Amino acid sequence: MLLTAAERRRGISGGVLSLVAIALFVGIAVSALLLWDAPETQGQLFTAYTGRILQFTLWQAVLSTLFSVCLALPVALSLARRPHFIGRIWIVRLMALPMGLPVLIGALGLIGIWGRQGAVNSFLSTLGLEQPISIYGLTGILLAHVFFNLPLAARLFLVALERQPAEYWLLSTSLGMKPLSIFRFIEGPALIRVVPGIAGLIFMLCATSFTLVLILGGGPAATTLEVAIYQSLRFDFDPPRAIGLAVLQIAVTGLILAALAFLPAPDGTHVTAGRATRRFDGRTWGARLWDGSTILAATLFLILPLASIFLAGIKADLWRLASSPAFLNAAYTSLSIALLSGLLAVSVALAIIHARIAIRDLRHPGIPARGLAAMLGATSSLVLLVPPVVIGTGLFLLLRPFGDVSRFAPALVAAINMLMALPFVMRVLEPAIEDHRRQTARLAASLGVTGFSRLRRIDLPFLIGPILTALSFAMALSLGDLGAVALFGSSELTTLPWLVYSRLSSYRTNDADGLALLLGMICLALTILGSLSRRKGYDG
Amino acid sequence: MRKLLLSLTVAAATIILTPAARAEDKVLTIYTYESFTADWGPGPKVKAAFEKTCACKVEFVAVADGVALLTRLKLEGETTKADIALGLDTNLISEAKATGLFEPHGLQASSGDGGISVPGNYADDTFLPYDYGHFAIVYDTKTIKNPPRSLKELVEGDPSQKIAIEDPRTSTPGLGLLLWMKSVYGDKAPEAWAKLKGRILTVTPGWSEAYGLFTKGEVPMVLSYTTSPAYHMVEENENRYQAAAFSEGHYVQIEVAGMLKGARDKDLARDFLKFMVSQGFQDVIPTTNWMMPVTKTSQPLPDAFGKLVMPEKTFLMGSDEVAKNRQAWIDEWLNAMSMN
Repeated sequence: MLLTAAERRRGISGGVLSLVAIALFVGIAVSALLLWDAPETQGQLFTAYTGRILQFTLWQAVLSTLFSVCLALPVALSLARRPHFIGRIWIVRLMALPMGLPVLIGALGLIGIWGRQGAVNSFLSTLGLEQPISIYGLTGILLAHVFFNLPLAARLFLVALERQPAEYWLLSTSLGMKPLSIFRFIEGPALIRVVPGIAGLIFMLCATSFTLVLILGGGPAATTLEVAIYQSLRFDFDPPRAIGLAVLQIAVTGLILAALAFLPAPDGTHVTAGRATRRFDGRTWGARLWDGSTILAATLFLILPLASIFLAGIKADLWRLASSPAFLNAAYTSLSIALLSGLLAVSVALAIIHARIAIRDLRHPGIPARGLAAMLGATSSLVLLVPPVVIGTGLFLLLRPFGDVSRFAPALVAAINMLMALPFVMRVLEPAIEDHRRQTARLAASLGVTGFSRLRRIDLPFLIGPILTALSFAMALSLGDLGAVALFGSSELTTLPWLVYSRLSSYRTNDADGLALLLGMICLALTILGSLSRRKGYDG
Repeated sequence: MRKLLLSLTVAAATIILTPAARAEDKVLTIYTYESFTADWGPGPKVKAAFEKTCACKVEFVAVADGVALLTRLKLEGETTKADIALGLDTNLISEAKATGLFEPHGLQASSGDGGISVPGNYADDTFLPYDYGHFAIVYDTKTIKNPPRSLKELVEGDPSQKIAIEDPRTSTPGLGLLLWMKSVYGDKAPEAWAKLKGRILTVTPGWSEAYGLFTKGEVPMVLSYTTSPAYHMVEENENRYQAAAFSEGHYVQIEVAGMLKGARDKDLARDFLKFMVSQGFQDVIPTTNWMMPVTKTSQPLPDAFGKLVMPEKTFLMGSDEVAKNRQAWIDEWLNAMSMN
């Protein structure tokens, strides 16, 4: 019982309020769509076709998750062991970039390296190999999903490793621990705590993948449920079928995620004086070589497609593009939507986390309280599975009677983006806040520091870093998102990805490349902002 | 949390305080697709030209594409603000009519009369054509020295020469190729698709993705329009990309517009449709929308258009036939393409 009764009450009611708000937002949109008097649904929901795409959806998502997580682990371990690696801060920042890129741009970048005419194949053909390696098919899908998700996983793992108290490393040195023991007693437990959450997140992202799967899949054998949902809503306009498919997607993916939740999540209680971390391990040449080549390989894998985007982008007349009113307007719109959705996502995530902490603080949490905690956890991650196209169409129907929907569009897009970003923000904030509470809650309670003064003196100085990181995550995600905007399609609401697509759809590939580069630079700038405070904490 | 509450309150306030449509002088609201209203598209010029003649204001509402346009109208139903919907294609006509939202234009617009001429004997009392383009395989002359001269040659050609096509489930060109193959091969279409499959590098969700792969040099052939090379020749002075003429003939996409039953000023809407098939509108189309005009333009078309493939035979299926069979044909395509 480390919280006062009032704090607990506030925490729980904040959580209930967020839960209700999210449920209403999603629920009202879906029921508006269901209640719309649609013509009879055309196709049966569960056909051999649905079965086949469900199977493929899950199969590629499982493989993509496995590859992304398993490859990200060594990268994060190496990066954590080498705090002074040349350009390390930039490698970590670049890792935030794929998420902020419109998917099509990322795919074109990947194709520039791995495609039939890409750098890798050109290199192979100079070696005298005739047949180019082809990535189209499952290989291409996996490659692209790893490109987008490995950096995400590596960053989150790295944060978890860096949160380990400095004392651990001191102790491991004085005990003369071998690398294997360090992994077993320090790194392993730290990672195991976050693996289920991160794997679940990546699994959801890959299961709902749409554009990447179609572009790199090579044919309709590679189709995800999201494609079928899009088709039935945008092309066939068959809302009941679209919702049926969406429910199927949520149910099946949710089941798999529930299985992940049973993985052990050991409690990591550390007591630390909070001194700066110094690592004393990995001083052998073998370890240096391994870490160096791991980081180098991951960086190359990440940077080559980005470089191909960069090289295509600088061919455009960047100054003309950057100073054009179209770009400035779109940048303003995109950034305001991103900021709004980022702030919303962080606020809602904070409310949910505090509610969960408050419930855990109860001496005898009853079934309703435990149920609420579980619901909060599930809701904050499962919203990612609700197709934005379904929410968007539902909201459109709902708001029509109140006037021009394009007037509400920015707020709606921000709200939809908030839902998409919530699971990411939770992954960044929850472990950080829990650690922070473990270290400070008892002391603060015994000193009687509560309420605002605790927030100001104890919580904010520590949490501002994770909060900024989470905010930059959410903003980058919103910046790169095309889906939600495309629904409301109105000339007043032009975002940067929309601008990129509109150039592409009228032969202006050069301009599109240039705009994509500018968008990438904005995302990078955001990431730098997001990592500034953390860097300060690191040095001092 | 407080921020969430605040924004919810603001959203609620916006909903309540939003005034009803303001009373204004004559406004013509046109729903269309995004590339029509882009800075470089026909929209701005068309708007300026029509406003000179009508003492009215033209307002565009742009959505992603023709399919999204129809969906938007279905969602809005009779309360739609649209007076004119511009940018559907012939395949959507049957579905569009089924909404009951459109009204026959009552204009004399058959070939010859208004000077309108579109291939494929298209005529309709509700939807008036404003431009058209034939689907074609566009290829990169640097890579492909012997382009296929027929659909048959495309299907049976060297599988190492790849093509990118669009998905008929999510895009109109993709549906166009499906109908083209059906027109040529009939019941044998699945076998033809199974053969063509070996040449298909990938099937993209829309035209932009496929064309992006093509101009990036990843794939030497792409499903596009006979008019695509004109863009590269006129705007980029580039002769590298050309369309292949197919001896069986080409499937045509005709873009149409219609007026809505709920149009506030029907005479104004009808005036716009008349204007749409006049030179003031048609002159703009070729070099902004990169499609063929449906009437004679006041100036001859740029030279590049003279170099384009002019199909001798045109395929066009009736809209009803397409609506009735689309799902079955897509299923057939899925099966043929998913087989190993």
